[in-house]
Amino acid sequence: MSRRRPFDPRLLRRVPATRRHFAVLGLCGVATAVVVVLQATALAAVLAAAAGGQLDRTALGLFVGLVAARAGLAWAQGAVTAWSAAAVKQALRVELLGSVTRRDPAWLASQRGGSLATLAGRGLDGLDAYFTGYLPQLVLGVTIPIAVLARLVFADWTSALIVAVTIPLIPIFGALVGWQAQVATERQWRRLSRLGGHFLDMLSGLPTLRAFGRAQAQVDVVRRMADAHRAATMRTLRIAFLSALVLELVATISVALVAVPVGLRLLSGGMTLEVALLVLLLTPEAYLPLRAAGSKFHASLEGLTALDEALSALPPEPAPVVGTAVARPGPIVLSGVTVEYERTTALRDVTLTIAPGERVAIVGPSGAGKSTLLGLLLGFVRPTTGQVLVSGVDLAAADLDAWRRTVAWVPQRAHLFAGTVADNVRLGAPADADLARAAAAAALDEVVDALPEGWQTTLGERGYGLSSGQRQRIALARAFLRDQASLVLLDEPTARLDAASEAAVVEATINLLAGRTGVFVAHRPALLAVADRVLRVEDGVVTELLRPAPALPTGVGG
Amino acid sequence: MTAAERVVLRIARPWLSRLVGAGLLAAGTELAGLALMATATWLLITAAGQPPVAALTVAIVAVRTLAIARGVLRYTERLAGHDAVLRIITEVRARIFATLSSRPTRATDRSGDALSRLVSDVDAVQDLLLRVLVPGAAAGLVAALAVLGAGLLSPPAALPLAAGLLLAGVLLPWLASALTRRTAAEVAPLRGALAVDAVDLTAGAADLAAFGATDAALAKAAGRAAELARLERRLALVGWAVDGAGVLLAGATAAAVVLTALHAGTSGTLVGVLAVGTIAAVESALALVGAARQRTQLGTALSRVSVLLADPSPDAGVAAVTGTPGLDAVSVTYRSGAAPALRDVTLRLPAGRRVAVVGPSGAGKSTLLAVLAGAVRPDSGTVVGAGDPHRVGGLFADAHVFHAPVRDNLLLARPDASDDDLAAAAAAAGFLDWVQNQPVGWETEVGEDGGQLSGGQRQRLALTRALLLRPEVLVLDEPTEGLDPGAADAVLAAVLAATPGAIVLVTHRLNGLDGFDEILVLDAGRVVQRGRHADLVARPGWYRDQWSTQQGYLAIAT
Repeated sequence: MSRRRPFDPRLLRRVPATRRHFAVLGLCGVATAVVVVLQATALAAVLAAAAGGQLDRTALGLFVGLVAARAGLAWAQGAVTAWSAAAVKQALRVELLGSVTRRDPAWLASQRGGSLATLAGRGLDGLDAYFTGYLPQLVLGVTIPIAVLARLVFADWTSALIVAVTIPLIPIFGALVGWQAQVATERQWRRLSRLGGHFLDMLSGLPTLRAFGRAQAQVDVVRRMADAHRAATMRTLRIAFLSALVLELVATISVALVAVPVGLRLLSGGMTLEVALLVLLLTPEAYLPLRAAGSKFHASLEGLTALDEALSALPPEPAPVVGTAVARPGPIVLSGVTVEYERTTALRDVTLTIAPGERVAIVGPSGAGKSTLLGLLLGFVRPTTGQVLVSGVDLAAADLDAWRRTVAWVPQRAHLFAGTVADNVRLGAPADADLARAAAAAALDEVVDALPEGWQTTLGERGYGLSSGQRQRIALARAFLRDQASLVLLDEPTARLDAASEAAVVEATINLLAGRTGVFVAHRPALLAVADRVLRVEDGVVTELLRPAPALPTGVGG
Repeated sequence: MTAAERVVLRIARPWLSRLVGAGLLAAGTELAGLALMATATWLLITAAGQPPVAALTVAIVAVRTLAIARGVLRYTERLAGHDAVLRIITEVRARIFATLSSRPTRATDRSGDALSRLVSDVDAVQDLLLRVLVPGAAAGLVAALAVLGAGLLSPPAALPLAAGLLLAGVLLPWLASALTRRTAAEVAPLRGALAVDAVDLTAGAADLAAFGATDAALAKAAGRAAELARLERRLALVGWAVDGAGVLLAGATAAAVVLTALHAGTSGTLVGVLAVGTIAAVESALALVGAARQRTQLGTALSRVSVLLADPSPDAGVAAVTGTPGLDAVSVTYRSGAAPALRDVTLRLPAGRRVAVVGPSGAGKSTLLAVLAGAVRPDSGTVVGAGDPHRVGGLFADAHVFHAPVRDNLLLARPDASDDDLAAAAAAAGFLDWVQNQPVGWETEVGEDGGQLSGGQRQRLALTRALLLRPEVLVLDEPTEGLDPGAADAVLAAVLAATPGAIVLVTHRLNGLDGFDEILVLDAGRVVQRGRHADLVARPGWYRDQWSTQQGYLAIAT
């Protein structure tokens, strides 16, 4: 892994609002530095006077006023960084989620899509620590040492010289020790996350462990693994915390280097108490923000990684292509289509014509390329070579949104969204769509009636709580709502269904196909019976099957 | 202190001395810093009076010692704190696992997100101890000692110091959580909803694109992101105001201490010491503000965890009943008022008997297996053999594949199995060829939940594991799910040949059942038909209908 830079300049370009925030942050940093210097000067005056038993009212009043100013600056600086974090998170979330329109659905449904979702959700929240913790200290790490040096030059130039020489030691040591710590941390990280993941794996597998009578025995394994996790973490921490220790010692020794000559000159009468106190109060302030930035860097690393992922995950937006409108209805022609995935070839040189109004069934073993065929017609999958033509228009150059509006699709396992049953059926359809009619046609009405709150029942995470048959009917109802569709695509609508659901779904499917072009992956005889043609896909090759005998056996005598 | 926090503390009791040690080290770190500034100030003010150097020797040594001690104390404190807390976390993980393993599975436990949330909830325990309890207790101790020290130097000055510390350590922390509580409570569910949106947009991308609903879904997510940003900005304005107030409080308290001390005629040298010490003491008490913020964030996670941390009740277990395994007049009702999942089912399973259980989904097939294996207790009737995986066990619907090598996954069923045993079981499940083709054979890693395997190989692995168990009654829930029809028949035949004991097979495929001694047709929890394949095919009913449908499907699909 490359080392993270403390600031990613791409941020300014991608989220322009941050420029204003950073300008305010910079101003706060300069003002804070000035106030720190003045405050130390005032306090030194107060204490020097107090040492003589006097009360310096002006200096004390000034001190309190400056403290109030510093408090206001702390508030402003915290607020502006938090505002900036909120703006960046919002902008990147919208951009990241918006990038789904430029991604292939199969990619999005994969693990990489899952990590995109995690990044857009919890991942970006890690930025808070970076913005409110690390960035302001980075700014103060520049402004305060400069202001302190400027003040010390006037008060006592030898102290200023020592501070000027020793301050760079903090970032240098920080880089040296921090780099060591980072290498060690990353070496351990994989191991640690595996051990952390082990706990989740064991929890997920509890029913299985119980089924083999191993659950109680596994408690000790969990304890042992957790303890190994602790030992490994401690080894990492011993090094990680070392960097803070080294920085603190460097700062302390530097302050001592300044303080010893000051004390000696004070003893010999070569310096006033007020200047000596000023040096004592001001010198540690110069080292503080850089050390704080170092200690906050670890906490903000997670956010920086998320930021880097988010900025890198977003390819520059391509100019929107205005695709050619597809005239309908017309024949669908696949000419010499080959689809290659990373490891396999899903379809090989497929040439095929589907006439308007025709119903084509597709059969074949699983993994043979049936779903890829449907993906081609939806424009989700692009041919590696060859063309998919609809009414003579190549889908690769077509207005896909308009084309998909003429397609009703029932996937093998429809995604159910967080929301009500009504929202899930209405998906994309106008608010006044006739849900009741679609539900009746899809045999969903009896399902809805049985739900505790009918149409307004909220579905759990990914449709949790519904059976496969109920999900399938929701998917069919969605398709029925698209009454303007001229092409119907179905991917094994009756897979995994019990007999009662299957009968209802088959009947609904046959109704859906009425008067439309249909392409469906199916194995059930009832569906195959309505097909004009049956295609067999095996190893990416499409062959036409002869029509089966028209009459199917209705019973087998014993 | 909340009930959840008490539960955590009770668990932490064996490591209390380590925690107290970490707290004392933390207090020592703060005190060293405070004493360092106070002593250095005393040193300078005294030196200004140009005393003999000998008068300063002790103070000079003290300053050097304190400077080094502060860094070393902080390093050891952080290590000791993390070590203690990680030891406690080990116990917490083991207890959660023990609790979950001793209580019956509930449907909600299966949701992946609920499990990963549980894993991150454990981190809340770590944060409570490390970021709330230890620093909170240390800050309280430092404050008390600071007031005591100030009282020794100047009794009147101790009063404003005590007041400032009370405000910093009690009022501000209370304000910090009280002012933001309501907004913070809105943020958590909004973050959750946004995470669900992200999952819907990625996992459901195909559905959204096909139905033209992507833009609407994006707009909804963008609206949530904007609302979240608005709440975060509001939180920042209020939250950072508290931090600003803390800065003001430190300075104002110091000014009040100076005024009081001067008024009381305290020696001028001590006034400086008091002022500098006051600023350091109030700043360390402000750590309580951060602790309070952290504590409010932990509430929900802690209460979720604490429920699982109660002493695991010893599993009552199923009373061992000797005799032939099986069910006698068993009925199961999951919820009172609901229809029974199983009604009056009787099944004898002497050695070698082969029984198949078929029927529409939701008919009670899996419940029957769960009762046989002891995962579900019947409301009435008798079960023999349940609760001992070596009497009744095998492959259940929720079989989990662990993120480990193939061998470890298999050995779960029989820890002492030899390679020959593994090979025999794998051969019957049709898994052996694949294993032998892998470069590292039995040591092949299967990935998270078997993610590196295809669906079919994952199923074969689970089946191999079940066969390895060799129980008196082998229970198989859809063992050939995910295999293509030809392979399914071959695997079933091999499994039957390799199993000398009794078998209970739940299946939706009726092929290959002609050799079974008995077939139970379940519907709505009742046995509606039972007999051999030939009898059932001859009689009208669900079995004959299903059989003819499947035969028709086979005629076309193969």
